[in-house]
Amino acid sequence: MSADLHPSAAPDDRAVISRRTVDLSVSVLLFLIALALAYDNWKVGIAWAPDGPEAGYFPFYLCMIMAVASLVGVARSLTDTNGRDGFVTRGQARRVMQVFVPTLIFVALIQVLGIYVASFILVAGFMIWLGKAPVWKALLTAAIFTAFMFYVFDIQFTVLMPKGPLEAAFGL
Amino acid sequence: MDALLSLMHGFEVLLTFDKMLLMLVGITLGILVGVLPGLGGPNGVAILLPLTFSMDPTSAIVMLSCLYWGALFGGAITSILFNIPGEAWSVATTFDGYPMAQKGQAAEALTAAFTASFVGSLVAVLLITFLAPSIAEFAIWFGPPEFFAVYLLTFCSFVGLGREAKHKIVISLIVGFLLAAVGMDTVSGQLRMTYGSVELLRGFDFLVAVIGLFGISEILLTMEDQLAFKGQKAVIRMKVVWETWKTLPRYWVTLLRSSAIGCWLGITPGGAIAASFMGYNLAKRFARDKEGFGQGRIDGVLAPETAAHAAGTSALLPMLALGIPGSGTAAVLLGGLMVWGLQPGPLLFTEHADFVWGLIASMYLGNIAGLIIVLATVPLFAAVLRVPFATIAPMIIVSCAVGAFAVQNAMFDIWLMLAFGVVGYVFKKLDYPLAPMVLALVLGDKAEDAFRQAMIGARGNMGVFWSNGLVGTITTLALLMLFWPVIMKLVGMVRGDRAPRTA
Repeated sequence: MSADLHPSAAPDDRAVISRRTVDLSVSVLLFLIALALAYDNWKVGIAWAPDGPEAGYFPFYLCMIMAVASLVGVARSLTDTNGRDGFVTRGQARRVMQVFVPTLIFVALIQVLGIYVASFILVAGFMIWLGKAPVWKALLTAAIFTAFMFYVFDIQFTVLMPKGPLEAAFGL
Repeated sequence: MDALLSLMHGFEVLLTFDKMLLMLVGITLGILVGVLPGLGGPNGVAILLPLTFSMDPTSAIVMLSCLYWGALFGGAITSILFNIPGEAWSVATTFDGYPMAQKGQAAEALTAAFTASFVGSLVAVLLITFLAPSIAEFAIWFGPPEFFAVYLLTFCSFVGLGREAKHKIVISLIVGFLLAAVGMDTVSGQLRMTYGSVELLRGFDFLVAVIGLFGISEILLTMEDQLAFKGQKAVIRMKVVWETWKTLPRYWVTLLRSSAIGCWLGITPGGAIAASFMGYNLAKRFARDKEGFGQGRIDGVLAPETAAHAAGTSALLPMLALGIPGSGTAAVLLGGLMVWGLQPGPLLFTEHADFVWGLIASMYLGNIAGLIIVLATVPLFAAVLRVPFATIAPMIIVSCAVGAFAVQNAMFDIWLMLAFGVVGYVFKKLDYPLAPMVLALVLGDKAEDAFRQAMIGARGNMGVFWSNGLVGTITTLALLMLFWPVIMKLVGMVRGDRAPRTA
């Protein structure tokens, strides 16, 4: 975790970006969000109507507090001198992407193939490429897991999940 | 003894085959959820909540609360055997639990941890049984100003007592509030912060947020550390359990102290995490020989576990009596109440006695059953952790997606979950606390309604929050909590002038 920006470190331990930079960017982003939302609520109305505060009143002042708090965050990260630690190292970023990208593809696949087929692909793919598991083992595990989820959700509890062409072919 | 009679009635409600089975399922799933990284109390409950939409509320809460007990138990297994806290509240358990396991005393450490958990919960449940009804009875007279004051107290104590940077706690709280406010305003019917999006009309569901913030982000964080689960082996034999139990009465002071700390921190939203550390630190401070701590002392395991469980359990007290949850998981359970059509708050005790007392009775039975199950199944769950993470991770991701979708049958929610996962990852890495966000997301609308009703009644005069002794006390207390760190600093400065550096 304490990887610094020192260039002589092993490539995997080198930080992609410093913690301070991320902290600062997040604070600025939160500040901008607060302003944007405050404007929206101001349009809705932040004054007093005959029947009490208008709809925008409560959120508007929350946005104001958030704007102030994020400015404190900006000031803190600008004055902070020990924030030179890395936010993520290269190795960490790569491993995070190894999960995040498949998850992203998985969610996109749900829309096309339905959740069960997408799950099968995710579990099997993960086991084969990242876990280096034997193919038959991965396929079997994925099949059992998917069947179990289908049984619990669609049959046992009748919570209907998104389905795709495969389920349609079976007439489900 | 009204409470005892009601409790008996609660046991009657509970003692059916179906409910007992649900309890067992809940506990087993809970331990699993506690053991696996990436699943935890709040999002384990959140993922399963949609399954209970069609159940009757009592069965549903029995199952989900048992899942919660199971998760509390399960956290200890990974801490002691693998030196990996399955839950944040088990971090303090690793300090002495893992060294004990390394010395070959894993079974003793586990027995101590589970028994301590059991004791902590039991004390907290007793407190709930006898205290919650009185608080609820008292709170029936609360009007909107009083309720808003109590909400304010909850949020302010988060800010005042939190260990993180104050501005980050405030931001986390407000992000929760703002997310809750998105969509149609319940009072005026106006649209707020939807930016013309039809999907945002529904607003943000807290379950989707919880699953993303706690589930997906945890997977990303776990992956980052490249975990290789290499742990100590443990089979718990009855003889060891018995031997360990025989030594426990010696530590009654530690157990009692930690239970008290846990109950206090659970009711005020300091939470189980703070309680476990405080329990550990106090046990260390009061011990005669401080050296043994950190090298595998049994009271170093007892103290944090007792406190964490007492806190986790007593967090349900304000939820039941006032409709204000004391922890993230309690907040999710509270959201469940609303989904099942129950109005949380003081009236719950009179209007849904079956439900409330069934739940309280299930806390007793659930903890006894949990203790037995967890003692018997440790090797099984330890084996689960030896399954490669590349096999478990995708299954957890699928469970999260299924849970997020099932909330409202909306594909958009799965994308939202992913977005919350990224936010949760960044926030966790930057030390933004997530529990305040969830709490504000669940309570946001109710707090705002209370505020507006109070304002309408008082014609916009803020003085309504000091209009009588009760509401004035709570509001003042809230402000005191908010500025607690500042006050302590001032007190320290005044004292420092008189007697420099005595503390």
